[in-house]
Amino acid sequence: MRTLLFVLAAWFALPAHAIQVFATVPEWAALAKEIGGDKVNVFAATHGLQDPHHVEARPSLIARARRADLMIATGAELEVGWLPVVLRESGNVRVQPGQPGYFEAADHVRMLDVPARLDRADGDVHAAGNPHIQTDPRNILAVGKALSESLATIDAANAATYRAGFAAFAEKWRTALARWEKDAAPLKGQPVVVQHKSWTYLLDWLGMKEAAALEPKPGVEPSAAHLARLVEQTAASRPKLVLRAAYNNPRPAEWYSAQTRVPVAVLPFTVGGNEAAKDLFGLFDDTVRRLVEPLR
Amino acid sequence: MQRNSLWVASFSSLSLALAAPLAQADDLKALREEVAQLKKSYEERIAALEARIAQAESSPQKVSRGATPSGEATFNPAISLVLAGTYTRLSQDPEAYAIDGFVPSGGEVGPPRRSFGLGESELGIAANIDPTLRGQMTLALAPEGGADVEEAYIQTLALGGGATLKAGRFLSGIGYTNGQHAHAWDFADAPLAYKAMLGGQWKNDGVQAKWIAPTDLLVEMGVEAGAGGAFPTTDRNKNGNTVGALFAHVGGDAGDNASWRAGLSVLGTSPRDRQYDDVDSLGNDVTNTFTGKSRTWIADAVWKQDFGFDRKLIVQGEYFRRRESGTLAFDVDGANLADGYRAAQSGYYVQTVYQFMPRWRAGYRYDRLDSGEVSLGGTLNADDLPILAAYKPKRNSLMVDWSSSEFARLRLQFARDESRRDLIDRQLWLQYVVSLGAHGAHRY
Repeated sequence: MRTLLFVLAAWFALPAHAIQVFATVPEWAALAKEIGGDKVNVFAATHGLQDPHHVEARPSLIARARRADLMIATGAELEVGWLPVVLRESGNVRVQPGQPGYFEAADHVRMLDVPARLDRADGDVHAAGNPHIQTDPRNILAVGKALSESLATIDAANAATYRAGFAAFAEKWRTALARWEKDAAPLKGQPVVVQHKSWTYLLDWLGMKEAAALEPKPGVEPSAAHLARLVEQTAASRPKLVLRAAYNNPRPAEWYSAQTRVPVAVLPFTVGGNEAAKDLFGLFDDTVRRLVEPLR
Repeated sequence: MQRNSLWVASFSSLSLALAAPLAQADDLKALREEVAQLKKSYEERIAALEARIAQAESSPQKVSRGATPSGEATFNPAISLVLAGTYTRLSQDPEAYAIDGFVPSGGEVGPPRRSFGLGESELGIAANIDPTLRGQMTLALAPEGGADVEEAYIQTLALGGGATLKAGRFLSGIGYTNGQHAHAWDFADAPLAYKAMLGGQWKNDGVQAKWIAPTDLLVEMGVEAGAGGAFPTTDRNKNGNTVGALFAHVGGDAGDNASWRAGLSVLGTSPRDRQYDDVDSLGNDVTNTFTGKSRTWIADAVWKQDFGFDRKLIVQGEYFRRRESGTLAFDVDGANLADGYRAAQSGYYVQTVYQFMPRWRAGYRYDRLDSGEVSLGGTLNADDLPILAAYKPKRNSLMVDWSSSEFARLRLQFARDESRRDLIDRQLWLQYVVSLGAHGAHRY
């Protein structure tokens, strides 16, 4: 009994430990690590091969949210199906919306695909716009800056570390950004077909054109008849690539590719989406490489 | 001054023009170098400016979300509506449905009426009340008219420390299926154990306190106190609580693609004059009552595996055990004989649902109950209590469902229900369940 009390006392008496960060998706977990280094202890609710649209309020998420100091969500309703439950069940005041410990990435970037009308007949539409903002590396920088300020707010003692962490990351990122843009220069103006509207921001960044989406409506699986129609409809625009995320079902893109001989590029989509995408730098190194290579 | 400089400029350019043809090759070279240098320096400056523009573009720009008009409508709560309908074919009369061996639980335990039927329409309204509280109400609109308050509760938001309090009418935290609304179930109806032991689903008017431990493994503990009323409790018309529940759940991940949860719960109450109707050994209708103690234990477990590309497997099961001891009063309106009563009854179900391709799922469920032998004091004869004669009801159910989106589901279910002694009820259900309005987040 005495040892138990001692262990408990020691546990409570521990010096201020690392900030507990709960990120809904791997890209924000990776970004928090880049900025916070060993000052943060980061947990990602999903991994790179998981569909971020279909996440459950798993017991482990409630347990992690219970202890989190900072909740990093994408926002724009990406997590609407599970995060509200996790937050309510967690009994953790610090990370409730409106608190300094709740951060939404979509608040800090320019949103695209903002729908003119809201109707579920249009499929899985998001009122605030397309939530897949991480596919544009300029957004990573914008979110990183805001995130470093959030970290500095909730952990004021290490504020300078977070700002310095972001400054160092930003410098490396800008260098990499110039390299990616140079490498991706031949992609400018090229039309592509996408499986899901996951790549709006990527295409916007590289100046590429979305000729069509394989999904008839966002979030709706394409039928064989729909794909057959698409083959005809997209013939005129001569798409150069079919883009799908590593987590997407491969069949629609492969079928379309077999019919049209347009090569498929399987992009990592987020950190951990494939072997090469180990961190944020690897994510875009690999994404650009997979876009450019088939066009050579 | 300006005039002067103008003069100087035009003079120098004139002299340059005149001098050029006469200039030596060296001068020309120097001049070219100078121009090239000038060009280079301008290009560098332009590049620098472009870089600054790019940087400015990528730096945070607070997007004005303030465009949303403010007004009363902005504060409207989230409203959602669940619509459901069925078509059923039943080989036995649903009016005479019973789970033999068990005291009738009085809930809506039978299948819906034959042919086309409208299910309950559920209207849900929820919103944060203020920074500390959230409110939610679910109204069940019965097809024959009338509304039933399924849930109406307030919940704390800002207690912190992993604690949450609830007050009002809410689905209890006991078991696994109990906390889910009927429209979120994987089969068209509740497991037999829930029907026999809890009248379908346990909800109560009362309070709940729940705490989550600060560990990576989910450890959740809760306690509930309520006024009772529905089976297995009775309205006691007394101060204090008449029914109490305790539950504990643990859960976590198993690798990257699997998660689980397991729990143990107990519901305890002391019903007084809990009535049920039976037929005595001579065929007369009688009303019997039970007064005593009732404890229901539930062990639950669920495993969910994700195989990627929208293929998922759910395996779940729950085991119920109920002990009741006290006094049974036979034929309270006539003979009114009282005797000691002890019963230990149990039941379980296991089910698995597999999503084998996007939108399509198939599932199988096995239900089994064991009424056990009722032990009486000696005054009453077991023949006078035919419903309670030992029996082991069972049921096999198969279902296939198709979802056009996450908001709409069409389900086909076959069941071979042996809840009634010596009768096999072959049931076919065709059911739709859709939800519209606010996108509700689902529980695990």
